[in-house]
Amino acid sequence: MSTQRPEPEAETESAETDPEAETAQDRRLDEKRRRAEERERKRVEEAERAAADAERYHLKVFRYDPEVEGKQEPRFDDFHVPYETGMTVLDALIYARDEFDASLTFRHSCRQAICGSDALFINGSQRLGCQTQLSDLDQPVRIEPLPHQEVVKDLVVDMEHFYDQMESVEPYFQTTDRPDGDLEEQRQSRENREKIKTSTRCIWCGACMSSCNIAAGDNEYLGPAAINKAYRFAMDEREGEDMKQRRLEIIEQEHGVWRCQTQFSCTEVCPKDIPLTEHIQELKREAVKSNLKFW
Amino acid sequence: MHEYDVIVVGAGGAGLRAAIAAQEAGADVAMVTKLHPVRSHTGAAEGGINAALREGDDWELHAYDTMKGSDYLGDAPAVEALTQESPEEVIQLEHWGMAFSRDDDGRVSQRPFGGLSFPRTTYAGAETGHHLLHTLYEQVVKRGIEVFDEWYVLNLAVSDEDEPTDRTCHGVVAYETATGNVEAFTARDGVILATGGLGQVYDHTTNAVANTGDGVAMAYRAGVPAEDMEMIQFHPTTLPSTGVLISEGVRGEGGILYNEEGERFMFEHGYANNDGELASRDVVSRAELTEVNEGRGIEDEYVHLDMRHLGEERIVDRLENILHLAEDFEGVDGLEEPMPVKPGQHYAMGGIETDEFGRTCVDGLYAVGECACASVHGANRLGGNALPELIVFGKRAGRHAAGEDLGDPRVTVGRGADAEPGTLEPPVELGEPWSADGDAVADGGATAETAEAVVERALERERERVNRLLERDEGTQHADIRAAVQRTMTENVNVFREEDALKEALVDIHAARQRYRDVYVADPSSTYNTDLIQTIETRNLLDIAEMITVGALAREEFRGAHWRKEHQERRDDEWLKHTMVSWSDGAPELWYKPVVLEGEAKTYEPKERSY
Repeated sequence: MSTQRPEPEAETESAETDPEAETAQDRRLDEKRRRAEERERKRVEEAERAAADAERYHLKVFRYDPEVEGKQEPRFDDFHVPYETGMTVLDALIYARDEFDASLTFRHSCRQAICGSDALFINGSQRLGCQTQLSDLDQPVRIEPLPHQEVVKDLVVDMEHFYDQMESVEPYFQTTDRPDGDLEEQRQSRENREKIKTSTRCIWCGACMSSCNIAAGDNEYLGPAAINKAYRFAMDEREGEDMKQRRLEIIEQEHGVWRCQTQFSCTEVCPKDIPLTEHIQELKREAVKSNLKFW
Repeated sequence: MHEYDVIVVGAGGAGLRAAIAAQEAGADVAMVTKLHPVRSHTGAAEGGINAALREGDDWELHAYDTMKGSDYLGDAPAVEALTQESPEEVIQLEHWGMAFSRDDDGRVSQRPFGGLSFPRTTYAGAETGHHLLHTLYEQVVKRGIEVFDEWYVLNLAVSDEDEPTDRTCHGVVAYETATGNVEAFTARDGVILATGGLGQVYDHTTNAVANTGDGVAMAYRAGVPAEDMEMIQFHPTTLPSTGVLISEGVRGEGGILYNEEGERFMFEHGYANNDGELASRDVVSRAELTEVNEGRGIEDEYVHLDMRHLGEERIVDRLENILHLAEDFEGVDGLEEPMPVKPGQHYAMGGIETDEFGRTCVDGLYAVGECACASVHGANRLGGNALPELIVFGKRAGRHAAGEDLGDPRVTVGRGADAEPGTLEPPVELGEPWSADGDAVADGGATAETAEAVVERALERERERVNRLLERDEGTQHADIRAAVQRTMTENVNVFREEDALKEALVDIHAARQRYRDVYVADPSSTYNTDLIQTIETRNLLDIAEMITVGALAREEFRGAHWRKEHQERRDDEWLKHTMVSWSDGAPELWYKPVVLEGEAKTYEPKERSY
């Protein structure tokens, strides 16, 4: 697509002066032209076939805007987006917005499953739009905002409650055990880093919280993401035992780990493959072992 | 009206570090970001953070590598600050809990990266930026620093003296995405721009959709010069279909590049006989495109990056994220097959001109991170040098803005006595001469005012601008203009550059500007109006694209990432100087300032760059 043509000056000296090399390069370039023609022919054929089959993906997209008359009543809009190999749900939404309706609203930024902006409810499941191939989905593709969160507009939900829950578990490293010397790090074993590794991958997308039946019924439940954040620190050997006790107290509160009914829905939808349910169970086990009171 | 001592615009790595430093120095700080902090693009950085931590390495070696990597367009005082302070900053991150990869003895691991004479890149798997971003945000939460997330900064509130160096920045005006409210934020001591990259001027980029160069464009229109904007880094290993980044860590761990004929071309075709795949990024990017263009590319588009020989254990331990990216975005199992890669826009070495404390020539206005040019990367940034830049200069600017005395800078800012005028013969009129005041925040047209009056006037202007865009019923949509700019930049201002193509880009950008005069926002809503925000971002992209192209056309030599067909030599006699572009009466004005090669104890003599 964006391959630029090199200039002869960029070639090596030997390629210009060595007749054999020149012939080899001519052959390659001939071969390249032949391949290019063949590809172009295929592309045209494919384009014609696609046009004939009207190979477009049918999207049904949730629409709602409290400010705009006609959109105050929630509805689904149909978009038919021309398909290209490798196209994701996010690509299709961007196409629909740029070509059909500039008011179609959704969050997105990195396009590579790390910013966590575009968690959506796609064909009945919480997924990242950028990470979901259209070709893996049945048509029509239903695209809705994350369930159990207040809809701000179209596919945008209010994330404040999610952020509040994340911040309620003291989500920051706390240790009194500082090494001597300014340039000395705390030691952490490879095993311990391995233990917390998956928990540190959370991108705060909110998919797990949205999929959780318990969180849907109990607004105060910390939820899988916040508990996983607590796990990330509780299991980090650098924080020390006292702090671990403090962290267990936080997650043992009335709306903490004991609310989890091990339905595994959070684990199923997590786009970063964090074993959330396991982490919650492990914290329950730690809490029991530490002889803290529990409900 | 929101009032603080220090306002930080943008909440990626640089912004978060600046906010923490300013608060620790006693300032009342607020962050204003168009995303939520954890959505910032710092999270996508993969490779690592360079810091001279171990025996056998020291900051001077790191500084030498950085100056060489920059092709001697870096300013030594800034480079030395970076390399001297990155060890303590990396250890600081560790003390804040960052989950670095570890050696057997429990210390932070380091690995080799391109252009480095010592394996000094610390990392956290292949998701270093994610861990850095979250660790810093955790510290901001811990300190209770106020964050206005999903507030889009529309413009700066800058006083209006004739000379930019006489102006003062008193705050910013921002748009609350959720409600459509336009409000002013007054900064008693300083505004720190940390708005990140500008990759959205290209259509094949590793950058997030949010990276639209807002900070550079706003500072530019307030009279702050943009420095070395032509120096765009193309990363040699991005996935062909999406531009998703495959970390340099893959090559650092021993990954090999092959062409269609199965040749290890970095060696076999003599691009870098010593360092091969670990030559610096500009060298590898050009090598790949040359292979493709000489008929040895795969599908005539890309080359292969093979890591299978590293073994599953090592790959999973250090590069696991790469397996997921290759699988999700290219359908390739990196354990079984080589990955397709090609160069893509990755990083802006240039940006808002600052000194080594992040200060611009406008009093009270700072810039840090990718939007700034201190300048530590010169004509080519070494892998692993972006993240230390964020934390070192974030900290410095935060402290300075909060009033700490950090001494006298050695890098000068603004057009001083050493400025040299530039000449350019563009094929079209540049800028927006048809509306000199346009949306500039400072155009030298009014007399000096009180801080309150400056902020109030900026607020009124931005409210007017938003209303004007929303009220218009028909015209051109931003998406069309943006696509046109991205297309011409990718075709004409890419890895290989030539005069005719650069001029063609200026013609296209001019046409896009003309069309932008008729831009309209289709969505009338005041709730989460992304159409409006993207329309304003597109205005910024126009200025950014023009600055890059003007710089590329003016610099008639081959230095670092800047390759020119007509000029195949680095010409130190004439070009050891920074390209500066200033917004002047609605048009870009070109000038130059010398590179500072004198370091603390020695001078960095330009040498031929070979790898």
